[in-house]
Amino acid sequence: MVASVRVAEILSGIAEESTPIAALPQRLVVACARELEITGAAIVLMTDSGPAGTVAATDGPAEVMEELQFTLGEGPCVDSSTTGRPVLLSDLARTGPGRWPGFSAGALGAGIEAIFAFPLRVGGIRLGVLDLYRDRPGSLSEAELTEALSFADAATAILLHLQAQRPEEDSGSGSIAVLEDRAQVHQATGMIAVDANVPLAQALVLLRARAFAAERPILDLARDVVARTVRFTKDLDGGIHGH
Amino acid sequence: MDNPRRLAQVFVELADTLVEEFDVVDLLQVLTERSVELLGADASGLMLADQRGDLQLMAWTVERARMLELFELQVQEGPCRDCYATGQAIINVELAEAVERWPVFTPAATKAGFGATHALPMRLRGQVIGVLNLFSNDPVRLSDDDIAVGQAMADLATIGLLHERTLHEQTIVSEQLQAALQSRVLVEQAKGVLAARADISVNEAFTRMRAHSRNHGLTLTAVASAVVDGLVDVQVLMSS
Repeated sequence: MVASVRVAEILSGIAEESTPIAALPQRLVVACARELEITGAAIVLMTDSGPAGTVAATDGPAEVMEELQFTLGEGPCVDSSTTGRPVLLSDLARTGPGRWPGFSAGALGAGIEAIFAFPLRVGGIRLGVLDLYRDRPGSLSEAELTEALSFADAATAILLHLQAQRPEEDSGSGSIAVLEDRAQVHQATGMIAVDANVPLAQALVLLRARAFAAERPILDLARDVVARTVRFTKDLDGGIHGH
Repeated sequence: MDNPRRLAQVFVELADTLVEEFDVVDLLQVLTERSVELLGADASGLMLADQRGDLQLMAWTVERARMLELFELQVQEGPCRDCYATGQAIINVELAEAVERWPVFTPAATKAGFGATHALPMRLRGQVIGVLNLFSNDPVRLSDDDIAVGQAMADLATIGLLHERTLHEQTIVSEQLQAALQSRVLVEQAKGVLAARADISVNEAFTRMRAHSRNHGLTLTAVASAVVDGLVDVQVLMSS
């Protein structure tokens, strides 16, 4: 599938053998800003209780923009994370002040004229937002939008990766398989969440870890979970096993 | 097309989705179901192109249609792909004579029990965003009137997806399409959650969620969200 090839390219472009996982978000926003010719990019983390801080930001206005949204509690990033939908503003001066008066004043004052916010999510699993900023108005072209979505998918994969309790056990390829439209992977995630009594995000981590440990493609394992030939249950001591 | 009142009802139903907030997944599901009903077809599947131009399966009426559509995507051959590529409707193709045209798809469609297929483009002013596929068990021909009704329904749904603003910016299309794709994922996750909770199959879980959304006037996405967040009692869903 064409989409995941580009995502794989992006990920391999920013990560070498020895790259610590925690450094990936920063590398991604830098690569993104360079590829898309935008003024700045940032990744914001989301938790159940709302925006939880900036994970990574390019130098310059990006960090300022995130602070502004966090402090004011309003802005395209906040909306994108709440609704789970992209917010694409090609002309902040025209459409911003009506929607986010405080934020728009600050952003325009800092020279930002366009903002594109992409939620980083896998269905009901909300991980964060990728914010892109530009110092001139104008929408993203078809090609730019496709590229931005690939970077958003890569950022989602990285955040999922970071969520894994023991990232060294987690192979990055599992993340890309998740992002492709494989219904059984998502169904299996839901089932594991119930079986092991954990949130969806944790269920997905368990599924991927199990696939990695068993050296099986994630879709194969997902099919078994959906067919109920593999179940994940919580032990009395809190350990979770797939069997 | 022999029931004008029902036809009018369906068009009102589709037009209702043109209000501000509507659920794309619901709209597409309704479109497939009503097209089967009004056109006397036996099954329907609907694909939308994502931002990268790849077709994604968004709605279907029965399992064998779903399997066949997924197969079509996998083998990259079939009426849906042709229709999307050309933007032209593909009408009244008898599968018994389609082997040369679609050598891999045709046997699979026949095996699924279908005798004829039709594909209608979802298109507005030159922009093709998806395809509505119809299948019949018997190689019956849909009349010109049937086709016109089917295309009108597809057009109405297309308008619902592409608001006027998108003539100038593609951004609304992208926002809604992305949201739709994510909603689809959420629905799959919810199917898994409900299947595990109620000890039923994922297909049965989907049927229950659909029934609940219909009976309570909720969107499918809202029901899926509630299932995933544990906000709806399994007993309520099972008794819908």
